[in-house]
Amino acid sequence: MARKLLLQHENVPGINTFEVYRKNGGYASVEKALKSMTPDEVMEEVKKSGLRGRGGAGFPAGMKWSFLDRKSEKPRYLVCNADESEPGTFKDRYLMEKIPHLLIEGMITSSYSLGANTSYIYVRGEYMYVISILEKAIEEAYAAGFLGKNILGTSYSLDLYVQPGGGAYICGEETALLESLEGKRGNPRLKPPFPAIAGLYASPTVVNNVETIAAVVPIVNQGGDEYAKIGVGKSTGTKLISASGHINKPGVYEIELGLPVEEFIYSEEYCGGIWKGRKMKAVVAGGSSVPILPTDLILKTAKGEQRLMTYESLSDGGFVSGTMLGSGGFIVLDETACIVQHLHTFARFYHHESCGQCSPCREGTGWMEKVIHRIEHGHGHQGDIDLLVDVAKKIEGNTICPLGDAAAWPVASAIRHFREEFEYHIKYPEKVKNPKHFELEPFVSEKSLVTA
Amino acid sequence: MAKVTIDGIEIEVPDGTSILNAARMIGGDVVPPAMCYYSTLKETGGKCRVCLVKVTQGSAKDPRPMPKLVASCRTNVMDGMVVQNITSPEVLEARKGVVEFLLINHPLDCPICDQAGECDLQNLAYEHGAAKTRYEEDRRTFEKIDIGDKIKLHMNRCILCYRCTFVADQLTNNRVHGVLNRGDHSEISTYIEKAVDNDFSGNMIDVCPVGALTDKTFRFKQRVWFTNPMDAHRDCPKCSGKVVLWMKGEEVLRVTARKDQYAEVKEYICNECRYDHKDITHWKVEGPRHIDRGSVISQNHYERIDLQKLKKEVERQLEFQKGKPLPEPNSLNA
Ligand SMILES: Cc1cc2nc3c(=O)[nH]c(=O)nc-3n(C[C@H](O)[C@H](O)[C@H](O)COP(=O)(O)O)c2cc1C
Ligand code: SF4
Ligand code: SF4
Ligand code: FES
Repeated sequence: MARKLLLQHENVPGINTFEVYRKNGGYASVEKALKSMTPDEVMEEVKKSGLRGRGGAGFPAGMKWSFLDRKSEKPRYLVCNADESEPGTFKDRYLMEKIPHLLIEGMITSSYSLGANTSYIYVRGEYMYVISILEKAIEEAYAAGFLGKNILGTSYSLDLYVQPGGGAYICGEETALLESLEGKRGNPRLKPPFPAIAGLYASPTVVNNVETIAAVVPIVNQGGDEYAKIGVGKSTGTKLISASGHINKPGVYEIELGLPVEEFIYSEEYCGGIWKGRKMKAVVAGGSSVPILPTDLILKTAKGEQRLMTYESLSDGGFVSGTMLGSGGFIVLDETACIVQHLHTFARFYHHESCGQCSPCREGTGWMEKVIHRIEHGHGHQGDIDLLVDVAKKIEGNTICPLGDAAAWPVASAIRHFREEFEYHIKYPEKVKNPKHFELEPFVSEKSLVTA
Repeated sequence: MAKVTIDGIEIEVPDGTSILNAARMIGGDVVPPAMCYYSTLKETGGKCRVCLVKVTQGSAKDPRPMPKLVASCRTNVMDGMVVQNITSPEVLEARKGVVEFLLINHPLDCPICDQAGECDLQNLAYEHGAAKTRYEEDRRTFEKIDIGDKIKLHMNRCILCYRCTFVADQLTNNRVHGVLNRGDHSEISTYIEKAVDNDFSGNMIDVCPVGALTDKTFRFKQRVWFTNPMDAHRDCPKCSGKVVLWMKGEEVLRVTARKDQYAEVKEYICNECRYDHKDITHWKVEGPRHIDRGSVISQNHYERIDLQKLKKEVERQLEFQKGKPLPEPNSLNA
């Protein structure tokens, strides 16, 4: 069994209550930090741990903390990003629902280290029931003296608030989140300045993902060095993976970074293999925004090395033959899946979620969706595929926030690896009229027929 | 002070100057176009992306190039920065893409649009766009609405530059208008079509780069190139009173603020000057207004023609077109 640092008590009855959580060693990191460590010592441990942001970009957490403007006269804030809206990602919800106190504990320990006396958890609006779970947990923590004035009799005070989001994916982008938290329209800000200098209410702010903040708890408890022993290279510790799609055992799994992708998909401990005895066609390894990879490239890199669940191994090969660990939304597609249909789902999402501030994303996401829709339904024509590639290229890198890139990458990678499927749709419009076309007659590459 | 090189031309500018403004100090063809930035409105810019440029050297201290194209209107110069605008094929290609994006949902109804002839989008498309569209689907449409009794909002034409919302925020009190919805369904709107009604709201019409906000007292009266623009002023207790009268014979058809060569208003005017004094006797006329930027407005020759200047402008245009990489044929869907 792999080591678990976040979910080890997930099945203890009543772990969502303060009492049971505390009995199982909960809030030890708060005691340790507040009573025996300085804020900078806590940050040192986080740096040593090598913990990287779990929200998608994988930026080293300790380094982000060290950028916080500590010379400013203004108050500092820690904001937890619990807006989790990336298709295929549901790990933060699971963690908050099962063990809410782990997040609260992480918030207190991290806020102490950053010198924040007011902190926020910005929760996706659709997670209404999670919000009540968190609010109850916060109430319990106040009652037990872990929140509020003079925590555990020290001079440190912290108020923690939960803010429901307004129902937009874009509010997960950290600067849009801050705008929304301030009560404004959730449009991403132009950077610089970065939140570490001018974030919430133009004050120094750190925005971290739920899982990142939760991981601070075991890091402080066992020390950064110990945490860094798990994993491979710069991918340290454990990671929550939301596994979904055509697998036998969808769910949230805590893995040690460095686990081979093949083992993750096929072992009984995790996904349990492809359902209905079918073969695997493709994997989206890190949430809807990352490039899709066909079976051969997700199991092995282009160099023929085994692919591992690490930031580095998954991105080996760059955009040509690699992908990204992203937020850990692991979507598996079997041989009956239609890549074009799948891509249309994503394209529709990005079209729906673009904030509309900058022209390439506002107009390009809608355009791509329409062209993909046309191809999927048998109305595509020659030239549409190149058109898509060109539109994606003109969005990528030219927008205010990374949503534009996130909309362009799935399109570019689907065409790069599955161009033949797009061509098939254009060549045989009659065959794709039925939405279950590849379930009835799985797609077979004509190229491989010729060479076989 | 910071020394910056744009398309090979060096200039020294005060610290904190944006690349766009540095380019404007040089002037001429190296100035990137701008559809959302507006020098007299704070926090504008960064949105339309037509002003993207390439920074090939970040600064003297850190000469690394910037990884992506940057919005020149919101990126400040650093000492020793090297920038490419029209000398970078990558920039021109991206700009062509942005222009295409701005046009795919645009109704292209210039023949019936009051802005035609003084429209930044028309000019932009003329210089950077392609002659054919690759967009086959239906364009998004909205109903026309009245925002207040003097302003018509034609949302189909809006490019969401957000300038008018900044006018509402910064020049008027009691802001009642902003952006609703997301993505390509975003729309400029007032709260339940509430009237925009306060002393400076008319400036929205002037800052709008396209024909999305038009002056209802002028709509369909006359094509702008058949009018004679005259600088004029009056003593006004609320604003500078410096305006342009758009005349036909002795008749004042429209009153606007004065725009500079980048189509920007430096001194905003009040609604009283704009709407309530359409009578030549109310004004002290200074003389013909010079309209820059190769506008068709100058085609009716209300100004004395400077042949020397005209020749130069034609040569400049020919030179500029020559230096541009040929547009790729839009043969994808042919
Ligand atoms: C469009 C978009 C949506 C995002 N959504 C989320 C989200 O739901 N949750 C999250 O933690 N990070 C999200 N991010 C990443 C955040 O901007 C930010 O990088 C992250 O919260 C930083 O936390 P970390 O360093 O702990 O990963 C999103 C980014 C973009 C561009
Ligand atoms: S890239 Fe898209 S989501 Fe991001 S700011 Fe621009 S329009 Fe908004
Ligand atoms: S109405 Fe005009 S000024 Fe307002 S956002 Fe649209 S284009 Fe810009
Ligand atoms: S003018 Fe710079 S982005 Fe619009």
